Order: sequence, then C-alpha cells, then structure tokens
Amino acid sequence: MPEYTLKVRRYQPETGEGPYWQEFKVDLDPDLSVLDGLLQVRDRTDGTLVVRCSCRAAICGSCGMKVNGESTLGCKTQISEAHERANRRDGGANPIVVEPMANMPVIKDLVTDMESTHWAKIRRVTPWLLPEGEPPEREYVVPPESMIDITQSMACIQCGACVSSCLSMEVDPGFIGPAALAKAYRFVGDPRDSQATERLYDLAQDPHGIYDCTHCFSCVDACPKDVAPMDQIMRLRRLAGHDHEIDDVNNGRRHETAFVKIIEKKGTLDESLLLQESYAQGIKGKLIPRAGALKGLVGSIPTAIRGLRTGKMRSLPKLIPGVHHELPGDAQGHVKRLYSHAEEHRTQLNLYITGEEELEPEPDEEKIEPEADEEGEG
Amino acid sequence: MTALRLAYWPGCVSRGFTPELHGSMALVAERLGIELVTLDRANCCGAGVIAEHNQELADTLNARTFALAQSTGLPMMNICSTCQGAQSECQQRLDADSAYRTHINEALAEEGLEYAKDKEGFENKNFLWVLVEDYGLDELKTKVRRPLSGLRVGPFYGCYVIRPRSRIGYDEHPERDLYLERVIEALGGDVVEYDGARKCCGFPVITMNRDTSLRQAGTHVGDALDAGADCLVTPCPLCHLNLDMQQPEAAKVTGRELGLAVLHLPQLVGLALGYEPKQLGMGKHIASTEWVEGRLADAVPA
Repeated sequence: MPEYTLKVRRYQPETGEGPYWQEFKVDLDPDLSVLDGLLQVRDRTDGTLVVRCSCRAAICGSCGMKVNGESTLGCKTQISEAHERANRRDGGANPIVVEPMANMPVIKDLVTDMESTHWAKIRRVTPWLLPEGEPPEREYVVPPESMIDITQSMACIQCGACVSSCLSMEVDPGFIGPAALAKAYRFVGDPRDSQATERLYDLAQDPHGIYDCTHCFSCVDACPKDVAPMDQIMRLRRLAGHDHEIDDVNNGRRHETAFVKIIEKKGTLDESLLLQESYAQGIKGKLIPRAGALKGLVGSIPTAIRGLRTGKMRSLPKLIPGVHHELPGDAQGHVKRLYSHAEEHRTQLNLYITGEEELEPEPDEEKIEPEADEEGEG
Repeated sequence: MTALRLAYWPGCVSRGFTPELHGSMALVAERLGIELVTLDRANCCGAGVIAEHNQELADTLNARTFALAQSTGLPMMNICSTCQGAQSECQQRLDADSAYRTHINEALAEEGLEYAKDKEGFENKNFLWVLVEDYGLDELKTKVRRPLSGLRVGPFYGCYVIRPRSRIGYDEHPERDLYLERVIEALGGDVVEYDGARKCCGFPVITMNRDTSLRQAGTHVGDALDAGADCLVTPCPLCHLNLDMQQPEAAKVTGRELGLAVLHLPQLVGLALGYEPKQLGMGKHIASTEWVEGRLADAVPA
C-alpha cells in the first residue's frame, strides 16, 4: 500500500493557541480519497483530528475543504491525484496540503462555521417558491421543458466549496456570493414563481449583488456538481440588464450596453468612450448625471493624468471619447449586420443540458448496425 | 524547427491603453523568427461582457474572427488572457452543436466567411501557450542574449488562461497553469512564489465595484512585494491595467505603499532577447520599471 503524507492545518480554539501545521503519514490504496486518508489519521494516529463528513460519495456535501489550495470535497479528491498535484512543479516529495474552507470562520481543525457566509446568504435570496394566487388542489403542473433550464442550479448540494473559492468574497465579505446567487437563479428561472422581476431588482440593486462577481471562474472549478455558479450569475445579469432593463446601482447594465454598442459602431473597443458611457450614458446621462456618475468620472481623472504623463494615453482617440477608428473597408458594415442576426434570435445554447455532440465515426471505422428486431414484426 | 507563421489577433487593449504590449510583441516576434499575419478586419472578443448581453452575439462575433483566421490557413495567436477565455468559451459552444454552427455560419456567409470545426491546423492560442508548446523553451533559451539572472519575477496569469479547468485544454496540456514559471526560468530569472499568482486582478468590476476591484489588485501586488519580487509578469493586458495603471489607486484602497513594476509577457521575453527597456515601451508604465532596469544592468549587460 503506498504511503502518502498529509499536511493538515489544525486549530483547537480551546487551547488558546493559534492554528498550526501538522504532518501525518497514511497507508492508502491510491484509488481512495483524501477524506479516507484523514479518517485513517483519526482512527490510527490522532483521535483529536476533527473533520466533518457523512456520505463519503459526493452526495451530502459535508466534507468541503481545501486540498493543495483548491476548494473541493475531500471525498471526491483521489489521494493519488492530490499527491501528484502537490508535486507537479518540482516532482519532489511534497505533502498533500489540507486546509479548512476559506472565506468562513474555522470552528475546529477542518470544520468551518458556514452560518454567516453561506446559510445567511442563502436565506438572503428568499430560497423558496413564491407562486401567485391560491395553490392548486394537487401539484403544480408545468411543461417539463420549462424546468430544464434550472436543473443545473438545482444540482447544488450546499457544500460551500464555491463560497470558499470565491475571489470576490475574499475582499468583499458582503458579496452575496456564488452559492446563494445560483440558488437565486433556481427560483428566478422557475416557471411557477411569480416574483422573478422583484427578485431581479433585489439582486441588481444590492451593491454586493450580481454585479459584484469578478468573473474569475473559481466557483466553476470548485463545484463538485457542475452547477457552474458563475454561469448562473451571468444568466441573472442577462435577465436583469436586457430582459428587465434594470439600471442597477453598480453601473453593470450601463457598462454592458455601452460596451455592446461600441463594438457595433467601431468593431474594437473605444476605452475612453466605454468609461464615459458606463458612468453617464447618452445625452440625458450627461445633462442630468446621476450621483455616482460624477464621482466615478472624477475618480478616474488621476489615472488619466498619469497615463498622459507616461505617454500611455497620449493620443486623441484615447483622450476623446468617440474618435476611435472603425474596422477597415466594409468590415464594420458586416459586424453591424451580424448584430441584427444575433439580436433577432438570441439563442442561448446550454451545454449542461444539450451536452456536446458526439464525434462522427471515422469513415474507415466499421459501423455496427443494431440487429433487426424480428420479433417485433408481425 | 520550421518557422512559425501565425494569424495574429492583438485584441483591443493592446492597441488602446497598453500600446507597449502590441509594440513589444512585434519586436519579440521578429527576434524569435515568428511571422505574425495581423487580422486587421477582426473584431473585439466581447470580453465576456457581450456574452452577458447576448450569448449568440458573442459566439457570432468570435466565429467571425476564427473564420478570418481560418481563411489565412494559419493557426491563430492572441496576446490577451481575456481574449483567450472569451474566445475559447464561444468556440466550445460552436464546436458542440452542428445545427448551432450552421445557424451562426448563415450570418457569416454574407461576408464570404465560414467557421469550420476541427479545421486542420487551426488552433487559437495565447502567446504564452505558443511560446511553450510550439516555439519551445529549448529554442527560446538559445535566443537569450541577456539572461535575467537574479531578477525575481512573480507570475500573474489572469483567470482566463487557467480557468475553467474543463475548457483550458488541460487534458492535452496539463501544465498550462505552470507555463509562466517555466518561461521565467528559461529566461534565467527566479520565480517568486506568492499568494496571488492565479487569483483575479479585479479588472472586470473596476467600473462596477471599484473597492473590490482595487482591493484585489492591491493585495496581489502587496503580497508579491512582501515575497521579495522585483516585478510581476502577465500575459493579460486587462490584468496589467489593474495591476499597473491602477496601482497608485490600489495603494490608497489597501492603505499601503506599493510600487512594483508589472511587465507584459513579451516585455520580459524582450529584455532577455537583448532589447532595451525603452524599446519595449517600459517607460509608458505607471509603476516605475527603473528598479528592474537597474537590476538587469547590474547583472549582465546586453
């Protein structure tokens, strides 16, 4: 049986000491998990090691932890793979590093308190159905295809791995966060819910809501159930900004519409125009600027002056919004027509639902025909 | 090795607020012997923002860029992590569904363009990937005229060339999230380990949540300084905007002194190839690069 070394971040508040690292050796079948390794430590070496777990099969979501710095489930991470990843750079004999989840207080060893940064935020998004009118006598009946869109967010097992991995929450603990926003989409997209608009207003107008996500994909990688919380946040933005035209407090929609329009007109990005239009959109936005607009624009002046000084921004198109060139020849016209085509259809291909098409068989590959079902005939 | 010829998509920001990136890429390509055929009719990748507005529009715009590249018969190269990420995301959808691809190609037909899945020889890669996978670090080492001896460099990847795992091509290239370290070492520099190397620079929310954005940038720059870095290097101009151009503002938000040079990947390569900092546009940076220049002058003259 191969031997692995686990380097565990330990913490026992009752001792009055701070956290510390401790290494343990385990003998384990390479196919078993990091959680199995920790349980072996607890059984054979140190009964005081505290870890939370239940199903050991990536179903219950209890054993969220960080392995080699990556937020995951201990039971879903094979110990041999974790060992390989720990030694990728130098091919040496580095231990597998195991820590409690980040972005939440540690109660003891690998057990975190998920109340303040996970459950409170889940409750924040009103995670129950708000249908209209009297409930039907029996169950609600909806066409099955209308529920497919939210199956991905329904797959969440509340393990907190995405919260632990969230790089926005790391600097802004007020951010509603990936798990709760994915949960919010689960109800916004539910055909039985009557409060989608109100929910979207609520999430867009919270300064720590849908526009606080930095689009870093950490939660997508961390999620053991392929919920892709960031994708659900982008769906919420699409609905709030485009379908419901909600002008949010964070300038999210203004930024997005300005960006989209600039590319239609110029093909490539006019950065100074984007900055101007993100804060003060159109003639009305400039004549009657919003409270935050002036602050935003004035706030960017020192940066612009520094850019002028070094020569980074010393050209007219960079200084004067709108001077930026178009694409050459007839290319800009083509881009504009692509816009009409795409805006007419607005197809949202969801690979979670459709999956990727199977590769066509190689031409020389023998095709196996299903045997004729003779019994079925006659 | 056979000479590399590539369809080159410089992106928007490398010709906008980070002109030194486009300029240094041209110099570096010349000295490495890589021929770049610029896609001057191509359009913005949408940076994830257009996809947020209308996914089909983002897919169509990037299908157009791929089709323009495919019409040259060359593999495509970009110099921006964000372009790589936004384009890979669209390419994944385009490749996953033939009916969808046909639908998008109908829109492209007017311009005589078509995006073909699995077209032989076509790939879209960031310069970092090209450098390691196609050019080769052994070849790169033979071109080094001024080894970056003693220069302590912190890698900063930018999210979009390392995440999400399912889309970055780790099956075929499992070490893509270690390439910056490999390049720094190949150029003779020392890799600085620090917490922020694979974190988010904060740029995507700079106009939406300035505090979050600058706190991210300031924290990573501060961590790298604490770890003893002489400079950072990044393959993403948007990361550069937040880490370099916004660095004085990030210092205010994080309440600590910063002052760390942030180099674009082609600039770091260019220094090792013997170009002078001024030729590589390093004078255009906001955070002073003088310290780096001094360290190099002390080491080995070009």
